[in-house]
Amino acid sequence: MSEKSYLEALNIAITEEMQRDEGVMIFGEDVGGVKGGVFGVTKGLAEKFGDQRVFNSPLGESEIAGLAVGLGVMGHHAIAEFQFADYILPAVNQIMSEATKMRYKSGGDWSAPIVMRTPYGGGVRGGFYHSQSTEKIFAGQPGLRIVTPSTVYDAKGLLKSAIRSEDPVLFYEHKKLYRSIKDDIPDDDYTVPLDKANVVKNGDDVTVIAYGMMLQFALKAAEELKNEFSVEVVDLRSLYPIDKSTVLEAVRKTGKVLLITEDTKEGSVMNNVSAIIAEEALFDLDAPIKILAGPDSPSMPYAKDLEDAFLVNQEQVTQSIRELAEF
Amino acid sequence: MKLKDSKLNNEQLIQAYRIIKKARMLDERLWQLNRIGKSTFNISGQGAEVGQVAMALNFEPDKDYFLPYYRDMAAVMVWGMSAKDILMGSLGKADDPSSHGRQMPNHYGSRAHNIVPFSSTVTTQYPVATGVALAMQIDKSKAIALTATGEGSTAEGDFHEALNFAGVQKLPMVFVIENNGYAISTPNSEEFGVNDLSVRADGYGMFGRQVNGRDFTETYLAFKEAAENARNGKGSTLIEMLVDRLTAHSSDDDQRVYRTPEDIAKMKENDCVGLMEQQLLDEKILNKDNLASIKEELADEIDKATEEAEEMPNPTTDQLMTHIYGEE
Repeated sequence: MSEKSYLEALNIAITEEMQRDEGVMIFGEDVGGVKGGVFGVTKGLAEKFGDQRVFNSPLGESEIAGLAVGLGVMGHHAIAEFQFADYILPAVNQIMSEATKMRYKSGGDWSAPIVMRTPYGGGVRGGFYHSQSTEKIFAGQPGLRIVTPSTVYDAKGLLKSAIRSEDPVLFYEHKKLYRSIKDDIPDDDYTVPLDKANVVKNGDDVTVIAYGMMLQFALKAAEELKNEFSVEVVDLRSLYPIDKSTVLEAVRKTGKVLLITEDTKEGSVMNNVSAIIAEEALFDLDAPIKILAGPDSPSMPYAKDLEDAFLVNQEQVTQSIRELAEF
Repeated sequence: MKLKDSKLNNEQLIQAYRIIKKARMLDERLWQLNRIGKSTFNISGQGAEVGQVAMALNFEPDKDYFLPYYRDMAAVMVWGMSAKDILMGSLGKADDPSSHGRQMPNHYGSRAHNIVPFSSTVTTQYPVATGVALAMQIDKSKAIALTATGEGSTAEGDFHEALNFAGVQKLPMVFVIENNGYAISTPNSEEFGVNDLSVRADGYGMFGRQVNGRDFTETYLAFKEAAENARNGKGSTLIEMLVDRLTAHSSDDDQRVYRTPEDIAKMKENDCVGLMEQQLLDEKILNKDNLASIKEELADEIDKATEEAEEMPNPTTDQLMTHIYGEE
């Protein structure tokens, strides 16, 4: 075991997988050379693995995605990086029309086993185009997997699974977590399943389901409230497809559920989770489903007070758990 | 140019002609199947068969990859797809190698023939093809990739992004624009502001060439050079191949609405298949009896393939939910 940051864990995962499989390649804007990405996730990789396997792509996101698909078709488990989740939009056609459909449209004759990594989320004063949670655009597309690690342990294990997967995986990394969380993680090889939500903490009074930075708020709230209420905390991990059985089991256990996303609510991943609970576990509930989400503002503003007002905060999370517990 | 200037021997030229003629006759069959309600869609390469075959003959189908677009029937036949393969696609059969009955007709693909299946989202194959070519470059496989699209696609962002990357990496590939003058009903003059799309190659740092796709030899020699450059590490080539669209855009379109009768008549007088037949006669490679017997043989072959394809099983409904994810 050694202490690593979320960002270091991602770098280790890529390094180990590139050592294990010579076909793995990684590219994106500023990913190669000595810079190694605008956040430094790929730092040192070009030096270790050479400029053919680790390289800068031109500034064109559709090409980045299409290039990955073509490499995948040829058996390379390619890792493409979109510099920010806000910049993924030009690649939507390649992701939805080519990556996601390659296997199905060919009846399994071809596939695109690729990972498309991208940093998302707010709280870094990134303004409109460096703060958004864009996962809702893709959530609901069969053939595609969308996952996000919310702990240091998962940052390594989930990325290794994504690289080894035979499916196209959109891998969302919360940029605020890159350097803000550290943990002791195993030095050796381990993986985390792509399709399983994780019960991070057991509890009996209220179930909180979250991902990204919001999971940290949920865990802190559970700790703050531990002498009053017992809180079950579930890390959703797979944003699509949703792990229905883990979600429903955790909800049925307490009968009260708080869902948290920093995305705006309508059309969000948590609205999808809510629909599953409403459809399949309504009579197991002892209180209405509560969702904490961003406001219906077009994006996250830059000014400190506005950004703070946009983001779900620790106090709201703690207060919502209390209200549910006392319902 | 004369057919013999291609330096192909008579046997090779006759073989090329057979594929051209077969593609024409098979497409006519697909229109019949559509009009009698046995298939719901057809999109044709009629008017581009000579160019497509002259192009495709320069590749090695057992190792080179092709990322076609939906008019490339003649080219995928050079790569090895059979009339029955193509008919199964139009009829939505389970053994359709392109998509196993999942995609619309003419969206060609075949794992067995190194043909990566086409999506109706025209031009998305261009960036995908760069990935295929980059894999070939990195794996040092000595293989090359060919990708095709129509002239309307040159207005898409993917066209630019793919060519830009291919220029940066000197990828072992050939891009072709099959310019038939119309993107559905929109003429060239409303799609781009140049008379020669191949000049764009300069802007991407690659070779560029415009060819008359109705001329077998001119097209063959241009692609020969492009394929050799790709194979010898000299980088990519963009070729604009001028062809005709003798039919409507698709079985759901009627080009008489937006093209003049004179325009359509003139195009049909210069039908590339007829022009090649005349050359075969003039250069004494085939005589009229030979042409007639080839036509008869191909008609029998297509009849037989149609019967066989019609008898093939349809996909069963349980196949709706297969091949969504890898680990099933």
